[in-house]
Amino acid sequence: MTTLAVRVRGRDVTVEAAFTLLIAALIIVAATTSESFLTATNLTNLLKQMVTTGLLAFGMLVVILTGGIDLSVGSVVAFSGIVTAGLVADLPIPLAMLVGVASGIAFGAVNGVLVARFELAPFVVTLAALTTIRGLAFVYSEVPIAPADPGFLTLGSAMVGPIPLITLIMLAVFGIGGVFLARTPPGRSIIAIGGNAETVRLAGIDVRRHIVLAYTISGLCAGLAGIILTSRVGIAQPSVGVAFELDAIAACVIGGASLSGGRGSAKGAFGGVLVLVLINNLLNLYGVQSFWQQVLKGLIIIAVILVQRTRRPRSEAKGRA
Amino acid sequence: MTLRLHEVHKSYGGVEVLHGVTLDGAPGEVLAIVGANGAGKSTLIKILSGAVPMSSGTLTWDGVELAVSSPHDAHAHGIRTVHQELSLVPELTVTENLLMGNFPRRFGLIDWPAAHRRAGQLLQEAGFGVIDPRTRAGRLTVARQQMVEIAKALVSEPSVLVLDEPSAVLAGADLDALFALIRRLQSRGVLVVYVSHRLAEVLELATRIVVVKDGRVVATTTPDATDEGSLIRLMAGRTLDRIYPERRPAPGEPLLTVDGLGRTGEFDGVSFTLRAGEIVGLFGLVGSGRTELAACVFGAARPTAGAAFRSPAEAIRAGVAMVTEDRAGSGLVLGMTVRDNIGLTTWRSTARGPLIDRQRQRTDAAAMIQDLAIAPQGCATMPVVHLSGGNQQKVVLAKWLLTDPRVLILDEPTRGVDMATRVDIYRMIDGLARDGLAVLLISSDLTEVLGATDRVLVMRQGRLTGELPSEGTTEEQVLERAIAA
Repeated sequence: MTTLAVRVRGRDVTVEAAFTLLIAALIIVAATTSESFLTATNLTNLLKQMVTTGLLAFGMLVVILTGGIDLSVGSVVAFSGIVTAGLVADLPIPLAMLVGVASGIAFGAVNGVLVARFELAPFVVTLAALTTIRGLAFVYSEVPIAPADPGFLTLGSAMVGPIPLITLIMLAVFGIGGVFLARTPPGRSIIAIGGNAETVRLAGIDVRRHIVLAYTISGLCAGLAGIILTSRVGIAQPSVGVAFELDAIAACVIGGASLSGGRGSAKGAFGGVLVLVLINNLLNLYGVQSFWQQVLKGLIIIAVILVQRTRRPRSEAKGRA
Repeated sequence: MTLRLHEVHKSYGGVEVLHGVTLDGAPGEVLAIVGANGAGKSTLIKILSGAVPMSSGTLTWDGVELAVSSPHDAHAHGIRTVHQELSLVPELTVTENLLMGNFPRRFGLIDWPAAHRRAGQLLQEAGFGVIDPRTRAGRLTVARQQMVEIAKALVSEPSVLVLDEPSAVLAGADLDALFALIRRLQSRGVLVVYVSHRLAEVLELATRIVVVKDGRVVATTTPDATDEGSLIRLMAGRTLDRIYPERRPAPGEPLLTVDGLGRTGEFDGVSFTLRAGEIVGLFGLVGSGRTELAACVFGAARPTAGAAFRSPAEAIRAGVAMVTEDRAGSGLVLGMTVRDNIGLTTWRSTARGPLIDRQRQRTDAAAMIQDLAIAPQGCATMPVVHLSGGNQQKVVLAKWLLTDPRVLILDEPTRGVDMATRVDIYRMIDGLARDGLAVLLISSDLTEVLGATDRVLVMRQGRLTGELPSEGTTEEQVLERAIAA
């Protein structure tokens, strides 16, 4: 039986190694086949592009770990972005930003309460939130808003050495978030809830509160992403962020998260984000038509997941069925 | 012409539960099978119905061997089983449930009036004419659903009808209708296999009675040649060996008092006290309300009468711990490591600032793994799903022992656990009681509930029907109070 333990751990290591290898391979292929990949402009772009997906993916991961899903994040991005851009005209920039993030937190909390307290299906609750919040974004402004104070754009363009500030913010979210999930009682409880909520409840842990917390974190991340996106592109559109939730979910799943909950890590989700962004960037550099990009992305996601499934120990897969 | 099970053995995962059962029945007989919980009745029925294959042995009809490896095979051979668990589709009407695909058609479409007429006729023939075939099955009471189940089994005119505890949910006129139906089937030459806890019924209906115990047939008798008392004696009476530790000295102060606790439809007016240093058994048949009672005491469910803890967290703070009956369903997070499972109850209370004290979690888990001899070695970082049933149970215990409980509720802690681990568990519980804990041991194993405890509470249909000292009490005395006359 000791050998079993070693083998199980061994497999985790192989999966992780294969994953790192995949990302390395993508980078090497990109660097050798495209002259523009290693240019400063492209790399900076790449670092900036991954921020939105990255932030959404972390929030999504926390929700997915509980066994739920948050389809509303794309709409929250739009709402938080356009409200912040609008408020910049009247409020100091930090305050406007705070309102944007707070709106994300509020939406997330409402989602969480509906799922945890009223025991509604996460898919349905967040699907309803998706359309409601999108509608609210348009109610706030049908037309795009350019932030009145150009100081607002500093956030999206500031560089810390060679690295964009917003990328550092995203990395910090993954860093802190990783510690939260791995090392704090609420983080571990969220993962355990996805594994078996009844066991967790009987262990004296308030399951509902943790589920609300998970959706609130997702809302927070989406609110933050909305502000950063607006600040980066310089304009807030009520229509932005459609289907953003799909990339976030894909990143989590590529990173080894189970949609039935209980399994997944911040490190994995971050790897998933890298894979997605690199594939996008590579296909762009090759000048692949955007519709074909979608097709290829879908196929690659399936391939990655198939590889992971075959590498997972059988008995564990069965225990989760 | 007889149906004959010959030398049937059945093992689940290496544990043999049927040790060579032989029994037979002829057309027109009502063959009753009685036995205590875990005697092997359910397994026998599952084999007859094709739900599980036998490990070895034969099933013959009139000397010809029947290959029954699925419910479909059993149906093909004319064997129909009405299980205890209802299997109707609640969203469909009684008619749809009864005819299940065999609808009368007109112009290729289902002829609904004819279908309802046919269903009504089937119910009428079974003596259950009170049921309207147009009702959705889910709207019927459990008793009526049971009647539809029986009518459904009769649609294909089976030659063998197996009824598993059919009377558990029936009463009054419904029960009379069932008995009349069984007598009619009997006169038509159907072999009825009737499994029930209610001995009075068995004595009234059966032509022959087979008593099973510990996976063996221990007696075959007729209603004329026996009575309730003798049957109970046959069902009970296992020999006690040195599996259980010595009994404990007189208990100390009361630690947990339950007064007039009730929950509508499950149990009512339950009062008892658990004292320091004693192990109290709680015995009841399946459905007696013992598990629901435990959930209410622990705060996992809300009682409708009497006071209890309002949440598991409150119970834990007060020093109560509960090991539930269903390890996979509510005891463990199967995909998590042994260490995380053990740490589940304490990672918050022992946290250092916002962070889990990982050093503490490691040493606590290691100490528990050592103390309880949880195998295999080095299992701390293994997903708990890879452990054997007995070791998984020890992980659940470890999790609760870390909360420093004063009262420990154990619901069927030895179910599906091998003998060696059972003995470990009994020793451990004994040690805890000697250290001053109060232990409530809920069990449907008669031998265990008397052997491992100091006194026994007996529950029947949601009420406490007796409190007996374990010393000197016989299994019959416990069973008598647990079985409805």
